[in-house]
Amino acid sequence: MKIYIFITLLLLIPLYGVSQDCNDILTGQVKDYHNKTPLENASIQILGNQKIVKTDNKGKFQIPSLCPGLYELEISHPECTTTFIKVEVDGITWIDIKLEHHLEELEEVKVVGDAVAKKTNSSLEESLKLKTLEQYSSGSLGDALKELSGVSSLNTGANIVKPAIHGLNGSRVLILNDGVRMQDMEWGDEHAPNIDINAAGTISVIKGASALLYGGDAIGGVIVMEQARIPAKDTLYGKSIVNGVSNGRGGNITTELIKAFESGWYLRGQGSYKRLGDHEAPDYVLSNTGVQEIGASLQFGKQLFTWGWDAKYSYYNSEIAVLRASHIGNIDDLIRGINNGQPEIIRPFTYDIQNPRQEVTHHLGKLKFYKRFEGLGKWNVQYDYQNNRRFEFDVRRGERDNQASIDLELTTHTFSTDFKWDAKELYELQFGILGRFQENFANPTTGVRRLIPDYEKYDFGAFVTGEYRLTDEILVDAGFRYDFNRIDAKKFYQTSRWEERGYDQEFQDLIINDLGTQLLTNPIFDYHNFSTTFGAQYAENSGSVIRINYAISQRAPNPSELFSDGLHHSAARIELGDLRIKSETSHKISASYQQDFNNWGFTLEPYANFIQDFILLEPTSVEFTIRGAFPVWEYRQTNARLLGVDTAAYIDWTGNWRTDHQFSLVKGTDTENNSALINIPAANFRNKLTFVKPEWNNFEFSLESQYVFEQNEHPDNITAFSPEQQQEVVLEINTPPEAYHLLGVSSKMEFPFKNNLKLTTSLTVSNLLDTNYRDYLNRQRFFADDLGRNIILQLKLNY
Amino acid sequence: MKTTKFLSLALLTGTLLVGCSSDDNDPEVINPEETITTMNVTLTPQGGGTAITLQSQDLDGDGPNPPMISISGSLAENTVYDGTVELLNETETPAESINEEIEGEAAEHQFFFIPNNTLNATIAYDDDESDYVSAETGVNFTSTNPVGISFTVTTTDASTGTLAITLRHEPKKPNDGTLADAGGETDITQAFTLVIE
Repeated sequence: MKIYIFITLLLLIPLYGVSQDCNDILTGQVKDYHNKTPLENASIQILGNQKIVKTDNKGKFQIPSLCPGLYELEISHPECTTTFIKVEVDGITWIDIKLEHHLEELEEVKVVGDAVAKKTNSSLEESLKLKTLEQYSSGSLGDALKELSGVSSLNTGANIVKPAIHGLNGSRVLILNDGVRMQDMEWGDEHAPNIDINAAGTISVIKGASALLYGGDAIGGVIVMEQARIPAKDTLYGKSIVNGVSNGRGGNITTELIKAFESGWYLRGQGSYKRLGDHEAPDYVLSNTGVQEIGASLQFGKQLFTWGWDAKYSYYNSEIAVLRASHIGNIDDLIRGINNGQPEIIRPFTYDIQNPRQEVTHHLGKLKFYKRFEGLGKWNVQYDYQNNRRFEFDVRRGERDNQASIDLELTTHTFSTDFKWDAKELYELQFGILGRFQENFANPTTGVRRLIPDYEKYDFGAFVTGEYRLTDEILVDAGFRYDFNRIDAKKFYQTSRWEERGYDQEFQDLIINDLGTQLLTNPIFDYHNFSTTFGAQYAENSGSVIRINYAISQRAPNPSELFSDGLHHSAARIELGDLRIKSETSHKISASYQQDFNNWGFTLEPYANFIQDFILLEPTSVEFTIRGAFPVWEYRQTNARLLGVDTAAYIDWTGNWRTDHQFSLVKGTDTENNSALINIPAANFRNKLTFVKPEWNNFEFSLESQYVFEQNEHPDNITAFSPEQQQEVVLEINTPPEAYHLLGVSSKMEFPFKNNLKLTTSLTVSNLLDTNYRDYLNRQRFFADDLGRNIILQLKLNY
Repeated sequence: MKTTKFLSLALLTGTLLVGCSSDDNDPEVINPEETITTMNVTLTPQGGGTAITLQSQDLDGDGPNPPMISISGSLAENTVYDGTVELLNETETPAESINEEIEGEAAEHQFFFIPNNTLNATIAYDDDESDYVSAETGVNFTSTNPVGISFTVTTTDASTGTLAITLRHEPKKPNDGTLADAGGETDITQAFTLVIE
């Protein structure tokens, strides 16, 4: 038990030698080992005694009426390894207990009973706990994240949900999956993160670029998915969740099993399977919207306090049907789709996944090693490998239904290492470097010109971040990061497109082969990006916390922004990238004011994000082909401003009744043209009433209302000449849908059995009133209503 | 520490592999298989005379150049013309005929011929699905909905107007002959300005 002895640098300070029969007191404080933050809600139990005390919000505890003598204490905390300490009590005895906190990387300290964000640093950060994640077991990552204020999503139907933070998505939002930055072609609007929500233990969202450890280009923010800590004790445990879902007439099953040993060895296996058929809007079947998803992971390693390693492999596969009616030919078809009011193709319900559809597979392998140097800090080194394969199948002519129109394979190798110097009480430093190689292969067997070319990409990054505790109340932090990106692509351009873009004036030297109607080019571009952050946190004992943060971050253009070139049938539009696009630079100032009173509390989080050379995709003009007219969506750069505020409040009415309230607003402006930005989430208001009755098997019932306003700031529609109608027509592609209000209810009960067996049943109904609505940020809003009522019955068994 | 050695070795190997995996092979060029670049419509007067051809040619497909339209001449009054449509993919050499694919999937395709109200002409289908061999079954379709690879144009008085020709993939069949009722996806749509004199 060397480790425990090492962990528990216990101080034994017998203050008074005066001891009378059993009037002694054991008092002390429980702190986080690394940053000395007091840990609330840690339980201290004297072994062989029923007495359990809990620490207060300063981490302090007191056990009165003890007899002098030697005691063994068991100290546990929901997020820490349970520790045993021997202590000799004589008079009033003070003891300092240090626990290794499990969310060490995030340094998040849980304050139980808090309604809103918890951060230790100066950035805006919120997290989702396992309980909430389990509620979304049959949904997707993006669905669950929308519980957090300031987080929205860009959807393509119900199955493709791309998370957006403070109005930004895609390459501006990094997703860290258990320490690995996901490389899953996040640049596409209709590409959802290739992640099984059931594989996560907790998810934290950092709303901004201030977490430089993860990357310098998180202009939107960072989503950090982590696993629950595996205890270092001999144990075998697990859980299974089964969901029955009415809308889609299917469900999912997920199971996790963990074996751990006191020696630090562990093994974890997890698997999920989801299958849904066509979804349904209130009035009709959304034909071809089924989904099948498989996720599995295996992880093993050894974790000791001083060193450890971890090996992980995870597999994810999803096959997603895309609404049949959203696959169209040209603008006349689009206009007809918009005017129809309901999808042109409504077929009877089926489980079949037909074209158009996507099939994506993601393999992730990781090897990690860490070592702690006494009196210095912790050294991490990690290698990870990712392979992402994406097929997209369109409705095609001839016998090509099984021939993909898009077939891309993205392979990424990343090596990273960092050192965290946390031995000092008042300050902490972390620095690290990263190297990454990425290769994209666009398979020519599609018979369709490549949307994204073959490329190789090299990244190098180095960062240093620091934190300094000025006083008990004030913590300041700062960081700096440099990133180098090189992209080396081989792309075919149509000669007509090359000239239309004016590339023959600027980039003629990139041509390596002239095939007449097509040109093979070899663009090689380098980007140097610098990111900086500084901020401060002021936490008063009265329960108020103020945070302020300033972050400058730069992001290099992604392959889609540079090279997109072609027709998207899913949207009947021609998308064009631009080789001239440079890195964009964001200056974001955010602040947060959090105040907790006895029975209520609130958080106010205003922010302003000024982005120079903001890269956006907008409809600009119309091109004619033999297939008719198509709107052209071009990537361009402008200066943009995002102003927003997230607010949250809670009230504990009685012990059983509680209400939560959230309001988010963001306004996006193209400051060069003084116009509204596209795809900015509308203001929304969420209110939730919860009733809990622990006596009735932890009965919980909640009613939630969500009101989404109409987005009244949007770019103008464009006009185009319709060959079919032989006249100019307005393409209402920017007209937002009306405001809507949804109600949902959910209830839950727990049934404990012996041997740690516990059954939890829950029933959730979303869109309770079967309301017809369309959402501005759903790309299928032109063709069909959003989902109707959905009833989810969940059974969870912990063992 | 053994583990450290093992891991550093593993990592080193990983990095070396990365170093080797890049190659300088140029990607293969893709000539889009499905593109229709050209529509040739031939109108032959019944009872003899010079055939009129209408052509829409868009050699760069979804590229920026608009289709080029050429019309060989004007139609005569009060004449019946036999019309045929030929579709080509001219990005391939020799040009590939797309008619075969349309015929093989005749039940999933239909041409629509819509004259505007100033053109004194009526159009009628001159074929149906049963004229064509299904690519799936290898025998002729049994259904008899119109396809439109063959059609007739009947002119009356002298006039000028447009004739819009649209090919729809997976329309509702049968339909009432209007584009709105048929639905489906547009594969081709082109309007030709015709003169009847």
